[in-house]
Amino acid sequence: MDLLEIRNLHAEVGGNEILKGIDLTVHPGEVHSIMGPNGSGKSTLAQVLARRESYQVTAGEILFDGKDLLSMKPEEAACEGMFMAFQYPIEIPGIGNAHFLRSALNAMRKYRGLDELDAIDFLPLFREKLKLLDMDERFMNRSLNEGFSGGEKKRNEILQMAILEPKLAILDETDSGLDIDALRIVAQGVNAMRSPNRAMIVVTHYQRLLNYIIPDFVHVLVDGRIVRSGGAELALELEEKGYGWIETEARQTAPASA
Amino acid sequence: MGSSINTIRDLTEQDYKWGFVTAIEDERIPRGLNEEIIRLISAKKREPEFMLEWRLRAYRYWASLEKAQAEPKWANVHYSPIDYQNIIYYSAPKQKPGLKSLDELDPEIRRTYEKLGIPLAEQQRLAGVAVDAVFDSVSVATTFKDKLAELGIIFCSFSEAVEKYPELVKKYLGTVVPHTDNFFAALNAAVFSDGSFAYIPKGVRCPMELSTYFRINAAETGQFERTLIVADEGSYVSYLEGCTAPIRDENQLHAAVVELVALDNAQIKYSTVQNWYPGDKQGRGGIYNFVTKRGKCAGVNSKISWTQVETGSAITWKYPGCILQGDNSVGEFYSVALTNNYQQADTGTKMIHMGKNTRSTIVSKGISAGHGQNSYRGMVKILKGAVGARNYTQCDSLLIGDQCGAHTFPYIEVKNASAHMEHEASTSKIGEDQLFYLQQRGLKLEDAVSMIVNGFCKQVFRELPMEFAVEAQKLLGVSLEGSVG
Ligand SMILES: Nc1ncnc2c1ncn2[C@@H]1O[C@H](COP(=O)(O)OP(=O)(O)OP(=O)(O)O)[C@@H](O)[C@H]1O
Ligand SMILES: [Mg+2]
Repeated sequence: MDLLEIRNLHAEVGGNEILKGIDLTVHPGEVHSIMGPNGSGKSTLAQVLARRESYQVTAGEILFDGKDLLSMKPEEAACEGMFMAFQYPIEIPGIGNAHFLRSALNAMRKYRGLDELDAIDFLPLFREKLKLLDMDERFMNRSLNEGFSGGEKKRNEILQMAILEPKLAILDETDSGLDIDALRIVAQGVNAMRSPNRAMIVVTHYQRLLNYIIPDFVHVLVDGRIVRSGGAELALELEEKGYGWIETEARQTAPASA
Repeated sequence: MGSSINTIRDLTEQDYKWGFVTAIEDERIPRGLNEEIIRLISAKKREPEFMLEWRLRAYRYWASLEKAQAEPKWANVHYSPIDYQNIIYYSAPKQKPGLKSLDELDPEIRRTYEKLGIPLAEQQRLAGVAVDAVFDSVSVATTFKDKLAELGIIFCSFSEAVEKYPELVKKYLGTVVPHTDNFFAALNAAVFSDGSFAYIPKGVRCPMELSTYFRINAAETGQFERTLIVADEGSYVSYLEGCTAPIRDENQLHAAVVELVALDNAQIKYSTVQNWYPGDKQGRGGIYNFVTKRGKCAGVNSKISWTQVETGSAITWKYPGCILQGDNSVGEFYSVALTNNYQQADTGTKMIHMGKNTRSTIVSKGISAGHGQNSYRGMVKILKGAVGARNYTQCDSLLIGDQCGAHTFPYIEVKNASAHMEHEASTSKIGEDQLFYLQQRGLKLEDAVSMIVNGFCKQVFRELPMEFAVEAQKLLGVSLEGSVG
């Protein structure tokens, strides 16, 4: 069965239509990469999938693991296995990173009818994942993202993904802000999580991430539409030629009403 | 903040769960206030002459203020005039005189405290916490008295202290908060009916938390209790205070006074979780919580630390402060004040630096939701002799929704140029982006709000004794439920 099925999705923010008819199907085990110029709607698509309410869907439908995603609240979507690594992770003062993650994991376990983990059961899991991402133990008790460097925040997002083990993970420009070594470590962490039951949507501007995380499909989003899809080689082509040629092509084929 | 906040409003609205009334016969005196009433209260308590004289002096002072302008008008709170002749100043549950053991306590009262989570019976007492239970105007039970007595610690009701330790009472009563301090302090001195008294002897570290649980039960009454804690040289005590009241449409007045005295090298830690009935969602009813709390660091190297979590009451008006008289003495004030619906709080502290190298720390966290109004009012005074005094003040406000208000009124007076003062302030709103982030990780909206608020209060919560901190966090969650809009 399809894990994600997006049909003719239109969405607006602050009264402006940003997504203008997206169709996308993702099967378990696949990695899709979404590329496209600034402002084309990549993050908007991610936020809609995560059910942010200020992003209004005006047409279309989305099935997530066979269920109607658009009727879910953000926390329901999350508990159903939807994860988004934020392009700009939020700081929340006074909340310990470990405490927060255990609360999140337990909220999901509860939703799925599993027992909650106490601090003692949680600790080894947390330590193991810290190690996977080569993160210092002091990230356990520091306040959630508060004062984290840009790269540390991104790494912390992937740590959360590793602990929450989603069915679908959307990584929104996780590579931006990472130094060369961090990029490799984070990519290794992501690769370690690839599995036949899990799919990923990787939003990025750069080939360098896709050198590590090799996608099965690459889609190019321009002005709210997927204007071209292909294999991993499409990213290489974009790296070489930029978006101009695709944009020109897209304008020629787009419906006049847009 | 759009639709995510509306969902908060839709969440099951949890009522104030401490709002029940205990059906019990009480003994009350006639309504109103005059010298006769004062004499009656004093007689009921079989007080020595010095106490009656003290009360009458306070009453006359209060009556003169009442004529002039009644309550002080500077606080940023609004309410209709209080009719002091329409209040019953003394109400006590009828019980057999001379209880030999706590287990003889009226079962209704015992059940009340059990329901509130404060078991008084020998077998089920809270481990490590001695409780003085005050029910309306009188103290009905004090646990662990004998065990404390072995160490020379006195912990009993104020009435019992007047009877058994009149010298101690005489020596310290009114020395920190004189009856002339303010309108409500005068009223309290005139009519106070009971409260707790603790004395920690020289060099003794009190091995358990001392606590008082105040419960208002009777209607149309006011509660006026008085607490006096004296920590003798080199001693240490941690004291907790909690309170609740039934749900009623009328407002009820609670005007307490707390006096703390710390002698040389002594330490007092005073924690409050204030959860009086806050009124309903439209702002009807609730307690007027007008209290005066002050500690005197009388001795060198002494320390007094106030921690308060104020979630209840229709109106809160209180400024627990420290007089830093002894050289090197330390005063601290950690506060969380939450106002939801139509609650109003005007709270803060007063730090008066007199001795050399005295230090004070103020951390105030105000949370406003609904139509709540929250004011921080703090005074830091460095007197001439306070060479090398230091103060650090941090004052943060968190707004939830856009119909509430946060206000800050700092007063600073420095008469010694060597003083070192630091002041930080911030105001923030819970952002839709923070809530969404937490929801994206699977947390329900109300848990997300609660988590952000708890994070905001962390600096204060970590000052509370462990089991209180957990309570306080839960209370904050409940107080915010169904509220954000
Ligand atoms: N809250 C908002 N109000 C108004 N416009 C918005 C809002 N959020 C996004 N937009 C607009 O929607 C468009 C798409 O933004 P989006 O963040 O989805 O782009 P993106 O493809 O992720 O870009 P980038 O590569 O720069 O991250 C932009 O023009 C942006 O300004
Ligand atoms: Mg983006």
